Amino acid sequence: MEGRESAFDDRTPGVEDHEPTASYVSYTVGVGLAILATIASFVVSQTDLLWAPGIPVGLLVLAIAQIGVHLVFFLHLGSGSESTNNILALAFGVIIVLLVIGGSVWIIANLDANTMLTPDVMNMKH
Amino acid sequence: MTVATINTRPGAAPSTLARGRGAGGPAPKRTVVAYGFWIFILSDMVMFSALFAAYAVLAGSTAGGPSGVQLFSLRSVFVETMCLLLSSYTCGLGALSAERRQLGRFLLLAAITFVLGVVFLFIEYTEFAGMVARGDGPARSAFLSSFFTLVGTHGAHVATGLVWLIYLVAQVVAKGLRAAVLRRLLCWSLFWHALDIVWVGVLTLVYLMGVA
Repeated sequence: MEGRESAFDDRTPGVEDHEPTASYVSYTVGVGLAILATIASFVVSQTDLLWAPGIPVGLLVLAIAQIGVHLVFFLHLGSGSESTNNILALAFGVIIVLLVIGGSVWIIANLDANTMLTPDVMNMKH
Repeated sequence: MTVATINTRPGAAPSTLARGRGAGGPAPKRTVVAYGFWIFILSDMVMFSALFAAYAVLAGSTAGGPSGVQLFSLRSVFVETMCLLLSSYTCGLGALSAERRQLGRFLLLAAITFVLGVVFLFIEYTEFAGMVARGDGPARSAFLSSFFTLVGTHGAHVATGLVWLIYLVAQVVAKGLRAAVLRRLLCWSLFWHALDIVWVGVLTLVYLMGVA
């Protein structure tokens, strides 16, 4: 059973032939969407297109959209069975990242609000 | 008798059995390697999340020094972003050409990826050097300490990726596009795309929100 080729190709036994899911077209679509999201982020931050207090939310939404584009078009996280493990690991990573960032900001903001420091103490220099 | 019906044809290629996830035999080595490297990338993301958290907490602590509005030039940040995004694109196309055993096209795309990465690092270095020269180095305030740590760590990753790319191109030239080299290229392209994801966070949190 194609011994020479399997030795040469360095496959483990019971291996499906690898078919690239990506194509030049999918990368081009991905980079196009990513560039659009980037330009939209710059426009949102530099113009008054959005209501001013909504700008951080708009930027956050665009960033999440762009990260999604990167994951699907560049890192090929799809709905196929072979990416199940990768997506589970990603979900765990996202939980940790959200806990670390959200938790830090929350705790420190709380500490800040409950610590009555006078302005001269805050700006104290050595 | 009944046992024989369970067994597959003796001549059946294993490729008809493998389904990954333990059923029908072990997953392809390529899948296993990519999964392991994906775990590393996620752990790297967790490390970056700590730096992002530090920056988010300290962004307002300028100690009377300059804030992002005075320091950041969105024009150069835009060029940096485009360099990194296009290098991610050429990196993906390069990995695809390597899969398809198109050596010349792979080498060309790897060279473009490398040049774009160098341009990114050069712009970042110029920005850092200018800030330090004006006395706004990492020692100026907690805001600047966390800024230099976060953006500098990303830059160090990009520099590592460029050294790694040189090493891999040398392997491709010396050993050809064989399966083991292709797996290393796959890991490198995952690393490079992940750096672009981190940059999306840096761009949004540090630069765009810092200036808006």
